[in-house]
Amino acid sequence: MTALLTIIIVLFVAVALWQMVKIFDLAQVGTTNTQVADDHDNKINGYLMIGFLVFIYVITILCFWYIGDLPLLSNAASEHGAEVDNLMIISMVVIFIVQTITQFLLHYFAYKYKGEKGRKALFYADNNTLEFIWTIIPVIVLAGLIIYGLFTWNDIMNVDEDDDPMVIELYAQQFKWTARYSGNDNVLGKANVRLIDIDRANVLGVDEDDPNAQDDVVVSELHLPVGKQVVFKMRSQDVLHSAYMPHFRAQMNCVPGMVTQFAFTPTVTTEEMRQNPDIVEKVQHINELRKDRMAEIEESGQELRYEFDYLLLCNKICGTSHYNMQMKIIVETQEEFDAWMKEQTTFPNSLN
Amino acid sequence: MSAILDTHDHEDHDVHHHKETFVTKYIFSQDHKMIAKQYLVTGTIMGVIGVLMSIMFRMQIAWPEEPNVLFEALLGKWAPDGVMDADVYLALVTIHGTIMVFFVLTAGLSGTFSNLLIPLQIGARDMASGFLNMVSYWLFFISCVIMICSLFVEAGPAAAGWTIYPPLSALPMASGGSGLGMTLWLVSMAIFIASSLLGSLNYIVTVINLRTKGMSMTRLPLTIWAFFVTAVIGVVSFPVLLSAALLLIMDRSFGTSFFLSDIFIQGEVLHYQGGSPVLFEHLFWFLGHPEVYIVILPAMGLVSEIMASSSRKPIFGYRAMIASILAIAFLSTIVWGHHMFISGMNPFLGSVFTFTTLLIAIPSAVKAFNWITTLWKGNLQMNPAMLFSIGFVSTFITGGLTGIILGDSALDINVHDTYFVIAHFHLVMGISALYGMFAGIYHWYPKMFGRMLNKNLGYLHFWITAVCAYGVFFPMHFIGMAGLPRRYYTNSNFPLFDDLANTNVIITIFAIIGGIAQIIYLYNFFISMFYGKKAEQNPWKSTTLEWTTPVEHIHGNWPGAIPHVYRWSYDYSKPGHDVDFVPQNVPLMEGEEELQH
Repeated sequence: MTALLTIIIVLFVAVALWQMVKIFDLAQVGTTNTQVADDHDNKINGYLMIGFLVFIYVITILCFWYIGDLPLLSNAASEHGAEVDNLMIISMVVIFIVQTITQFLLHYFAYKYKGEKGRKALFYADNNTLEFIWTIIPVIVLAGLIIYGLFTWNDIMNVDEDDDPMVIELYAQQFKWTARYSGNDNVLGKANVRLIDIDRANVLGVDEDDPNAQDDVVVSELHLPVGKQVVFKMRSQDVLHSAYMPHFRAQMNCVPGMVTQFAFTPTVTTEEMRQNPDIVEKVQHINELRKDRMAEIEESGQELRYEFDYLLLCNKICGTSHYNMQMKIIVETQEEFDAWMKEQTTFPNSLN
Repeated sequence: MSAILDTHDHEDHDVHHHKETFVTKYIFSQDHKMIAKQYLVTGTIMGVIGVLMSIMFRMQIAWPEEPNVLFEALLGKWAPDGVMDADVYLALVTIHGTIMVFFVLTAGLSGTFSNLLIPLQIGARDMASGFLNMVSYWLFFISCVIMICSLFVEAGPAAAGWTIYPPLSALPMASGGSGLGMTLWLVSMAIFIASSLLGSLNYIVTVINLRTKGMSMTRLPLTIWAFFVTAVIGVVSFPVLLSAALLLIMDRSFGTSFFLSDIFIQGEVLHYQGGSPVLFEHLFWFLGHPEVYIVILPAMGLVSEIMASSSRKPIFGYRAMIASILAIAFLSTIVWGHHMFISGMNPFLGSVFTFTTLLIAIPSAVKAFNWITTLWKGNLQMNPAMLFSIGFVSTFITGGLTGIILGDSALDINVHDTYFVIAHFHLVMGISALYGMFAGIYHWYPKMFGRMLNKNLGYLHFWITAVCAYGVFFPMHFIGMAGLPRRYYTNSNFPLFDDLANTNVIITIFAIIGGIAQIIYLYNFFISMFYGKKAEQNPWKSTTLEWTTPVEHIHGNWPGAIPHVYRWSYDYSKPGHDVDFVPQNVPLMEGEEELQH
């Protein structure tokens, strides 16, 4: 912090000094300086344009090199995630190519055609063929991306009830997530915020008389069996929240007054993901960084050692503690899941 | 198409001998040039506040929960011992967004240049209604004052994000800023919208009715096309935001349930039933999306004009440029749903909006290629305005390309509301529009103040800003793709994101340097007003009509008759002429063909 402040102060002083010098420049009204660019300015700024092109390329390469190694980007843990990643990579390649070429043309032309006294520009106002070409190329490329994108989108959003997905409710409130499993009948009991009874620990407002609610299970940690499609029915009791599960390429807003849904099939268990070389490397790196901040982390009550876990984050501004609204997600084998589920209390038994 | 003659077009009409007091000249002025300057100065002040806020919250992200003297000095009780409060963080991002989008890039940009250039470039003595124009500015001023006042209320200003989605924005129990702070926000915005509508109507009427003789629509400079279409978009979409704001006020103060339903908060069930926050999102983005084009189109117009003038070449594909402005304007009103792919609306709607959204890339691509071709074989005069114009095209491409990802519903799922979005829209509409505005200021400063801006300070300003803009927003794409959500007060509760902390520090350092660089500009701006080199009548050797007016401002713009127009505004380096520009008011030579008409 002190270092930063020093930097700022030094910068301020530098700028101030420089400006003091400049005021004389400004005061010299009536000299030959017209404040219109001359050949000298054109030349310098032309070269700087090339310099800037290099800067753009360098910052692109640096970003890919240092922070572009995105283990999260290439290790989707859900079935549809692979498809999303594929589309993402194709889009990125298209973007990368277009960006490289157009930035080159822009800055190179700015350098190449920098003004010189006496030269006359080419009077070139129109060319229908050229304009047709650069209308039609984006059309073709975009048509491809749109078609691919829409197929993927439909695939993700259309939940086929015949596949008998496991129904889980995700319940959002300031600033906490709760999950409700639908139990053996795979049907959630009816619920409404008007039925919330804090004294009886009915925090989700589940209808106690609904037969479907009798085997529901309310938990604060999300367990998912691997390879089984899950459909999340989402509710919120107060403001908008967004259930964001980046590893599964899943996100949906939780809207008070309505039930939204999102479905996916987890494909990699938490254990497996922890063994993934990319993730191992990432975790190691994070732990090294955390060692440097040891005192601070211990003070905050967090565990010093970071271990990989899937997470559910809130990704829609929801108030003061928005930044800390999270829930752990554990993907495990069907047997582990069944064993865990057996230990949980059903909804009627959880009431006071 | 024949333009309608200005009724003031009489040489004996001695318009500039009105008696002017300080108040009528500088405060309640009805002269479009003075109103333009008022917009610019007010917008600049708001901009300084907005940028300062962004530097504060960037510091919080880089050095979370560390004491900071800047916070202690500026935030007072909201930063006990210099540590920023989480609510204040949200308030800062909210007000930063509101100020930059509406007060700087809508009013500051459009208000300044539409007012300055529409009458001057079409050859009119003033706006169609000088009085409405004055009212428009003063409404804007009042809305600024109210917005600033909201920063000082007891429970803090609005803190629900600049999109003010209910229920968070509707319930004071949900967020401290949703009490009086939000009321003031809504009142301020309602007044702002009234101001914007008055301005837009004036621009539309002026462009349609007051063009000088010979100034057909196909001879208009692209600036005017851009301002005109922008005003149309504003008139179409701003009223929808006004209705959203009014309904939200009803929900908040009169117990209606337009946007609220089934809410349990702080131990009690509220009475609201049957409303839907998704409805608000539709209404908000029905303006919110066109709004980004309201911001970017004027910048595009300014850049087109400056690029042609500084390249000493006609703008390439004049008609295609107009067509793409119109296409963008039309498409901009049917793409709003791409902000809502995961809002819970029907996925089929998501498909439709993906389709329309990606279509908008086509006219945008045409524009970008046409700008690049305008440079080709030009004789580029690297004035600061030209540098900012080139910078505009650069950031517009960089930021625009990632729109392909965000507009694609399947991909949006995973990057929605992450830093990827922040990077995208800051580059494509924030930085780009700001560059457009700077370009316009450097170019038309001589017209506004009769003096030149110092070019060396301009160069320094541009290059530091250009490097910092990329330094701030380019890495943000990557931390966004790593899954980092926006609007988090601190990321320290997520060890998952620990490896992004250093990048955040780098971003913040770039932001601080970039912010400081703006001091150079402010210095140049205010000092040159008094000490700058006196401007010539046509310093950039441009063809448009504003440079045929005298340097000293007079009421009515031209001392004599309004010039007639004989050609389009892009006769630069036209073969057969000795000079490399032929102003619009120069009649065609014998045998000379007009290229466009």
